[in-house]
Amino acid sequence: MDVSILLILLLTGAIATFLSGDKLASKVALIFSVAALVITLMLVNMHAQGQSLDFATVWVTNPKIFFALSGDGLALAMLLLTTALLPIIIYSSFGNTYANAKSFYALVLFMAFAMAGTFLASDGFLYYIFWELSLIPIYFIALVWGNGDAESRKKAVLKFFIYTLAGSLFMLVGFVYLYQKTGSFLLTDLVKASLSETEQTWIFFAFFLAYAIKIPLIPFHTWQAKVYQKAPFVGTILLSGIMLKMGLYSIIRWQLPIAPFAAKNYMTILISLGIAGVIYGSIVALRQKNLKRLLAYSSLAHVGLIAAGAYTLTIDGFRGAVLQMLAHGFVVAGLFIVAEIIERRYNTQEIAEMGGIRSQAPKLTSFFMILIMASVALPTTFNFIGEFMVLFSLSQINMWFAVLGGSTIILGAYYMLKMFQNSMLGETNTKLFADVTFSEGTSLVLIVGVLLFFGFYPKPLLELITPSLEQILAGINNIDQLKQVVQ
Amino acid sequence: METSLLLTLLLAPLAGFLFNIFFGKAAGKTISGAVGTIAVSVSFVATLILFLQVLDTKQAIEISLFEWINFSTFTVDFGFLLDQLSLLWLMFVTGIGALIHLYSIGYMHDDKNMSQYFAYLNMFVLFMITLVAGNNLVVMFIGWEGVGLCSYLLIGFWHKNQEFNDAAKKAFIMNRIGDLGFLAGVFIIITLFGTVNFLELKEIILASGSTASAYWIAAAALALFIAASGKSAQIPLYTWLPDAMAGPTPVSALIHAATMVTAGIFMISRMHFLFDLAPQILDLIAIIGALTALVAASIALVQNDIKKVLAYSTVSQLGLMFLALGLGAYEVAIFHVITHAFFKACLFLGSGSVIHSMGGEQDMRKMGGLKKYMKTTYITFIIAALAISGIPIFSGFFSKDEILLVAFHQNIPLWAVASIASIMTAFYMFRLVFLTFFNDFRGTAEQQKHLHESPATMTIPLIVLAFLAAVGGLISLPGNSWLNDYLAPIISRTGAEAHVLGTTEYILMGVAIIGGLIGIGIAYSMFMKNKQVPAEDAQITGFANVLYHKLYVDELYTSIIINPINALSTFFRDLLEPALGAVVFGFGKVVNGISTQGRVVQNGNIGLYLFAFVFGISAILIYLFLGQ
Repeated sequence: MDVSILLILLLTGAIATFLSGDKLASKVALIFSVAALVITLMLVNMHAQGQSLDFATVWVTNPKIFFALSGDGLALAMLLLTTALLPIIIYSSFGNTYANAKSFYALVLFMAFAMAGTFLASDGFLYYIFWELSLIPIYFIALVWGNGDAESRKKAVLKFFIYTLAGSLFMLVGFVYLYQKTGSFLLTDLVKASLSETEQTWIFFAFFLAYAIKIPLIPFHTWQAKVYQKAPFVGTILLSGIMLKMGLYSIIRWQLPIAPFAAKNYMTILISLGIAGVIYGSIVALRQKNLKRLLAYSSLAHVGLIAAGAYTLTIDGFRGAVLQMLAHGFVVAGLFIVAEIIERRYNTQEIAEMGGIRSQAPKLTSFFMILIMASVALPTTFNFIGEFMVLFSLSQINMWFAVLGGSTIILGAYYMLKMFQNSMLGETNTKLFADVTFSEGTSLVLIVGVLLFFGFYPKPLLELITPSLEQILAGINNIDQLKQVVQ
Repeated sequence: METSLLLTLLLAPLAGFLFNIFFGKAAGKTISGAVGTIAVSVSFVATLILFLQVLDTKQAIEISLFEWINFSTFTVDFGFLLDQLSLLWLMFVTGIGALIHLYSIGYMHDDKNMSQYFAYLNMFVLFMITLVAGNNLVVMFIGWEGVGLCSYLLIGFWHKNQEFNDAAKKAFIMNRIGDLGFLAGVFIIITLFGTVNFLELKEIILASGSTASAYWIAAAALALFIAASGKSAQIPLYTWLPDAMAGPTPVSALIHAATMVTAGIFMISRMHFLFDLAPQILDLIAIIGALTALVAASIALVQNDIKKVLAYSTVSQLGLMFLALGLGAYEVAIFHVITHAFFKACLFLGSGSVIHSMGGEQDMRKMGGLKKYMKTTYITFIIAALAISGIPIFSGFFSKDEILLVAFHQNIPLWAVASIASIMTAFYMFRLVFLTFFNDFRGTAEQQKHLHESPATMTIPLIVLAFLAAVGGLISLPGNSWLNDYLAPIISRTGAEAHVLGTTEYILMGVAIIGGLIGIGIAYSMFMKNKQVPAEDAQITGFANVLYHKLYVDELYTSIIINPINALSTFFRDLLEPALGAVVFGFGKVVNGISTQGRVVQNGNIGLYLFAFVFGISAILIYLFLGQ
């Protein structure tokens, strides 16, 4: 068994969901998503026993393109994020009814398929195809099933689509250049391409554009808030929970190994950019009136820190970044589910129209509180582990990076608690608010459970990701040494 | 055996928390309160057994439960260190904790969310134990932030009142400023010494600490001091503590007087070997402590809310403890932490008993003559007030006197400041006593009808605490200190001047006593003999008004920090963000503007873009194919 089985399963699931009809679609999608999680767990288990999960076959002979998938610890961690969130997202959507449900859920599974492919691909061209493929389902999900005024939604979603597509084209050009140079798209070959410093810099920033828009890093984030606000919550979670991690993941998997020399040259600038995002995102979040927009800016702040961790080029920075990708994926999913639960009852995202919910919905309030505490990285939540590791790695580069990046713990607490107070506390709201339903509650229990479990016991995940990250880092340093010898 | 005791210590409050969260409401108020109280009592018993063991063997117990976070160069264990220092703290944390849980059964009886209250209180004890018992800085940080969360939840317990919610939020955020200092301190320490484990740090620093960069050691000490000043409410991070009085009064007693706010002192004592190498930071701590003691005491002089007086009093007393720390007299600071825990918990619970009886009224101008109605509360309160005022025999006298002695020997100006603060303390405490318990009742007739002594669940803790406040000084008598001997393995100071009794010491003692009596005397003549009642808010003028408004520090922070940040946020939201968006979209339009079809964009013709995507990929494939 190798990782291709997961892709086959997800694609089959998408087709089966589409064929099952509107009535059954959500349930069929749920079954396939749970199956995907089970398969992923089995793969992780096989990996732990030392079995190789890689898959490779020639896809196109000329130019030479491989259908090559690599299931190392890093990829498996990202698959875990994808397949663990997927059933939760689908299940939590049981409280909504979507027109043309079969297409909706088929697109959700198809998107999971494309994202899993992105995490697994070890051939640049294949990777690029999956990377772009994932854009199509989210485009339709946001456009067709989104909320608010259709015209402004269309504008926002299209802007996102064009913008990210444009960014990725630079990456494609980068890959084509590399192919010219090496005659291969395989990552293992690309890292061996002996590129001059100038070439590395060009490649590095071509990739950077694609990733900076996808993640997004400031100032490439302008598509984000509107799309998070307009997309249906399922789409928003797919975007913020998983899809933006494609960019962060790709930094570690593709950008740094291919252009390590450029990475070292521009490290300080890129870390600074990430940290600037932390502060900027937090400050903008402070006075947002719309809950989903606020969460979007909060996300901007968190991913800035993750990117900064990845660009430290240290093992602790890598590990912290990867853990934080997972932790952020779960917490942001939980927060958007809470926002959706409120929207289902009050039909609004405006914080000013909420308030006084706590006395009516103690369970929802508790979940919300735990999620907020995880989001602000309270120790013994999963998010603390990642954030602590990232900040530590930053402190090893420069203590001020850690202090400035660490300002997130103050600013984050400020905007999150302010939002919590205005949306949940105060005099009991005159409008009735029913506490969480079974499906809503179950989804939140699962998310909170994951956040607390790995907050106490991150060891299995650390053991999963560490060897592959060490290997990547060794490659980066090794190439660097070679470079120095050459010069 | 030790591991199971440790687990009992931790799991009992955890079990109480879980019970009250999931079944508390169904179980009913009495059971909910009883379970919460028993849980903490069990922790107390476990602590007592461990305490007696360590007292006997003098051997610290270190237990690592599992490996928590693994870094490239060091590992953080989920581990605990039960030594003289942590067990001493745990004794009063769980002991006073249990008493205050008991008290809460009576105090919170009319609250419909009582089970939630006990759940939070149990969770607090759990985190406080973690803070104190952790064997490394990161586990300590779990407790450090965890108690902050519980403090937030309990200050904002009555969540329908947005003012209370504001106070809760403020407490959490201000503490987090300190927490960032904590993190920075931890990072520096790891960089310098490669570990976060206390015993290893002590060994490394004592062996070779002086070889590490003095600059970075001072930076680490400063960062940790910032953390301590957040949690222990020192200048400039003290303003959250008076606001924290929004919480139920037992919470003020337990969290915001006796235990959580002493965490900063605990942490500095725990890391004293580091601070010893940073004399300039110790000086800073001493100065900040003395200043805080003075400023807070002067604000307390004119407050009319009974809990506000006690809150500023707490800030002021914590300042004295920091003064002692800064002078390197860690064991003296710890002594005052303990006596303060006794008498301040007693004072807060006493004020709670008064408030309970007054139907929620906290303004002392509307009280008076309560000693007739609540004898136990009155007597216990007087004992605690005498203790804090530094009247001999009572515990506060011994601990405060030691601080003054140490200060006198090292720095006369600081001694003078601390002495003035102490005189003020005696004054405002007895101002409170006379206004509350003596003369005639000034409230409404309706209130007067309901005046009553509190139930036994509330008076028993008062009696126990008053007893401890009276005799607690015995643990460290001048010249013969059990406490110092007990702490010797942890903190052994060479120059223990405070315990050498000579003429100077006796004179100083006399001065301190006279100072306390003067403070009480002034209060007596103003509020007892002349029956003065503080003026209505509008009539307060001059400097008293500035003090009454807490020196306008909150207003200052709002105008120099909060408002600018919010203005910046508004600017970003309303101007910069749309501008950035316009630039990028403008750029996008240019890129896609090969056709003049801005319309196509508006119409969202996805087919075109899909086509572009497929076409682009195909074109590149063909290009590569031809290129072979």
